[in-house]
Amino acid sequence: MEILNFLFSTLMLVVFFPLLGAVVLLFVNREQKDLIRWLAVVFSLATFALSLVMLAQFDARVPGEQLAVVVPWIQVGSSWNINFHLGVDGMSILLVLLTTLLMPIAIFSSWTAIQERVKEYMIFFLMLETGMLGVFLSLDLFLFYIFWEFTLVPMYFLIGIWGGSNRIYAALKFFLYTMAGSILMLVAILWLGIAQGSFSVPELAARGGIDPGMQRWLFLAFAAAFAIKVPMWPLHSWLPDAHVEAPTAGSVILAGVLLKLGTYGFLRFNLALFPDAALYFAPLMATLAVIGIVYGAIVSYPQRDVKKLVAYSSVSHLGFVMLGLFALNTQGIQGAVLQMVNHGLSTGALFLLVGMIYERRHTRDLGEFGGLWTSMPVYGTLMLIVVLSSMGLPGLNGFVGEFTILLGAFGSEALASPVYTIVAALGVILAAIYLLWMFQKMFLGQVTNPKNENLPDLNWRELLVLAPLLVLIFWIGLYPQPFFNLMQSSVGSLADVFSAASIAAR
Amino acid sequence: MPFPDLNLFTAVHLLFLSAWACALLLADLWIPKTHKPVTGWLAFAGLVITLGLVVAQLGARQAAFGGALATDGFSTLMNFIFIGAGMLSVLMALNYLRQHDLERGEFYPLLLFSIVGMMAMGMAKDLIVVFLALELLSIPLYVLAGFGRPRIESEEAGLKYFLLGAFSSAFLVYGIALVYGATQATSFAGIGMALDAGQATSPLLLAGVGLIMVGMGFKVAAVPFHMWTPDVYDGSPSVVTAFMSVGAKAAGFAALVRVLFDALAPLASEWGVVVATLAALSMVLGNVAAIAQTSMKRMLAYSSIAHAGYVAVAALIDAQGAQSNFSAGAAIFYLGAYALTNLGTWAVVLAVEKPGRMTTDVADYAGLGRTQPALAAAMTLFMLSLTGLPPSIGFVAKFYVFRAALEAGYTWLVLLGVVTVLISAYYYLRVIVVMWMKEGLGEAVLPRALNFTIWLTAVGTLVFGIVPGPLMNFVESSVRGIF
Repeated sequence: MEILNFLFSTLMLVVFFPLLGAVVLLFVNREQKDLIRWLAVVFSLATFALSLVMLAQFDARVPGEQLAVVVPWIQVGSSWNINFHLGVDGMSILLVLLTTLLMPIAIFSSWTAIQERVKEYMIFFLMLETGMLGVFLSLDLFLFYIFWEFTLVPMYFLIGIWGGSNRIYAALKFFLYTMAGSILMLVAILWLGIAQGSFSVPELAARGGIDPGMQRWLFLAFAAAFAIKVPMWPLHSWLPDAHVEAPTAGSVILAGVLLKLGTYGFLRFNLALFPDAALYFAPLMATLAVIGIVYGAIVSYPQRDVKKLVAYSSVSHLGFVMLGLFALNTQGIQGAVLQMVNHGLSTGALFLLVGMIYERRHTRDLGEFGGLWTSMPVYGTLMLIVVLSSMGLPGLNGFVGEFTILLGAFGSEALASPVYTIVAALGVILAAIYLLWMFQKMFLGQVTNPKNENLPDLNWRELLVLAPLLVLIFWIGLYPQPFFNLMQSSVGSLADVFSAASIAAR
Repeated sequence: MPFPDLNLFTAVHLLFLSAWACALLLADLWIPKTHKPVTGWLAFAGLVITLGLVVAQLGARQAAFGGALATDGFSTLMNFIFIGAGMLSVLMALNYLRQHDLERGEFYPLLLFSIVGMMAMGMAKDLIVVFLALELLSIPLYVLAGFGRPRIESEEAGLKYFLLGAFSSAFLVYGIALVYGATQATSFAGIGMALDAGQATSPLLLAGVGLIMVGMGFKVAAVPFHMWTPDVYDGSPSVVTAFMSVGAKAAGFAALVRVLFDALAPLASEWGVVVATLAALSMVLGNVAAIAQTSMKRMLAYSSIAHAGYVAVAALIDAQGAQSNFSAGAAIFYLGAYALTNLGTWAVVLAVEKPGRMTTDVADYAGLGRTQPALAAAMTLFMLSLTGLPPSIGFVAKFYVFRAALEAGYTWLVLLGVVTVLISAYYYLRVIVVMWMKEGLGEAVLPRALNFTIWLTAVGTLVFGIVPGPLMNFVESSVRGIF
């Protein structure tokens, strides 16, 4: 009975249902492409439904982990103490929901775009979903590391097999860059396991007491893994390659979820496990974040490839998230978590929209477009909404996140300087410039290129793909309170550590 | 002088397999040329019975031949690796030999003799036994390396392996002599007692230990004693390479761990420097050189050198020797994981190899993901496991090994180790790239026994990667209290 309780606990189902789908797909004849597509959608939608069950069982007032699943996993002698430990709290629940929401959308969007090796494609996608959910939900360092590395493999295949012309280079670069950071984290995890005798994240966080000097080394080792994943300037150079070469759905997941694994890692491990080091490094991290904001925006502007433009804009947007996290106060962290979700929605939608025009024209060169509004008014309207959301127009989701982050950074004791906020605010203006520039080049004016004249507007499937994202873009923009409520107590208890620690430091 | 206690039961598996191999050599004379697989199946049966005998000894801790041989948890675990590698090699050889026109019955008895030598290595408690066992395992391997005659590469491999092997044996013997000169003992217990009595820094002893490590370094293919490896691995028939890359390496490390942990533990800080240097050089050079290879077999040869480095990382203890059982467990686990994954990899290599051609280029694997998706998936898993990525046994093994070295205080070596893991990812991934992302007509021939081998190793690699607990428990409880 115990094993059944374990297997059918909510979190186990959420994490492993996609993998079950991948296993089922193994036994489907590869020629039955439509069946494969439908099965993949059904499994990802079922996972979304399961994550809603998780949401219903979640109590937002509890700051700690909930719905926990703890099973002894590797208990050898007295020296190995590794549990299979899943749990959800206010910091991870929104990201889990974002993942389960984006997944069916991504799969649905590849309906016609992917015709080759559909079976393998869907299997890798579902494997990827299990990996990402596992990262967000595992609360044991060993388990976390397994999921973390596991996400690399399917994404590597998705870029390498279904990507553009330079896909193998991009896939390899993605893999090696990410792995370079993770192996340092592995050493830090080993060290923690030996020195503290436990791999359990809540236990380590509660116990504390790691020597501050050692904390700095551990912080840096973990930060190496996460900063590459985010990616923070100057470790971002794999990102544009990966995005340009990845298939549309791959880009959506890459930008929407995979990058969040990095920011989430900072939140869950660097902040919670090494608070002294986090305080020590906060100005450095915030500086890198602000450089990333401005750098990403400036580099976005001259890009001719729309996808590359959006890719660089991610560097800028995730700079905001990092700034919020290292404000080390409630407002900053709350804004950062919300902005992770916002970026997933807005940038995910942007990549989907770019993919839709690419399917029609097989180019993403800005110079090829112009006056698309006349031929595709629905497409233009939706693009405008998403662009405005991405640049942070009040009333849409981006504004809420960025504004909260800027407030947090401005009032931050750890940063103790308004300069970060001022420079970051400059980033908001730059975002407006490059995004509106792109929009203008693509949509406004006369149709100059005859190939653009008779393009069909969006069909019902494409609208269906975009609809949930648009609903959320407005919802978060107009009424963000429910989202803040979910994370409030968890983030609050984390931020308390820093106010207490900073008091002690003074 | 009392007659030493033979305690034959303790060595019953050695005696049985030797006798079986001799009988098989004779029996083969009556097996017609068209039915040579029968010899293979008989060898397999002999290994199954030996496995049964080893299982019957589980939990035993006994000495035989006056303390020169020991049956304990350590030797039992090593025996499992040797016998398992032998069984899988027989399965792989059944079709391979026919395909390449090498079907001569003496192949299997030679394989069995070599396994007897390996098992004796893992049981050795005396330097003389180490030497005898080493020769018993090596001489059949020299013959097997040249088994591809009249192909010139194979003959060259056999000769090269023989010459360098003989050379390394000379080092070993000389080292044993020097150690005997310094301590008046060849048994581990005797050497240990002499050390405790305060002869720990005698230059004679240190020179002897150094020479012994040179001899062992050759066998396990650690840098800088690796020069023979690429040529021999490339020239030998692939099934022989598979067997020796796993078996000979494991046997060499078994003896090395016994000598170092058992006899020379008081000198840990002296030999620790040497082992750590060997490990560092092997990991760096093996992985870097593998990047430049275009031949699959040469790439795996360099990969094997690198893996010798990772095992050597586990063969380190701190001056107190507090975690030597943990380190021994880590070394065994790594060897077992490597055996499983590497034999699977070689089974795939055999499947892709074309009759008449004893080598494959990495480029020959192009398109395998389309023509043989299951085979390509298995190979992908093996490559990930050799890199040390989860979820595979290779990841758990690296975790185990690096943890042991951290506890022994070798943080710099662990940092270097993880960097080399990253380097290795490059060339292992290249195989995956070629299989799945390059167009080609990757062809493979999958006879039933070979297919079974691949499935078995792939499932093992995956399952023990996800649920390593029971296996690790078994390893840890087996080696507890031995060193």
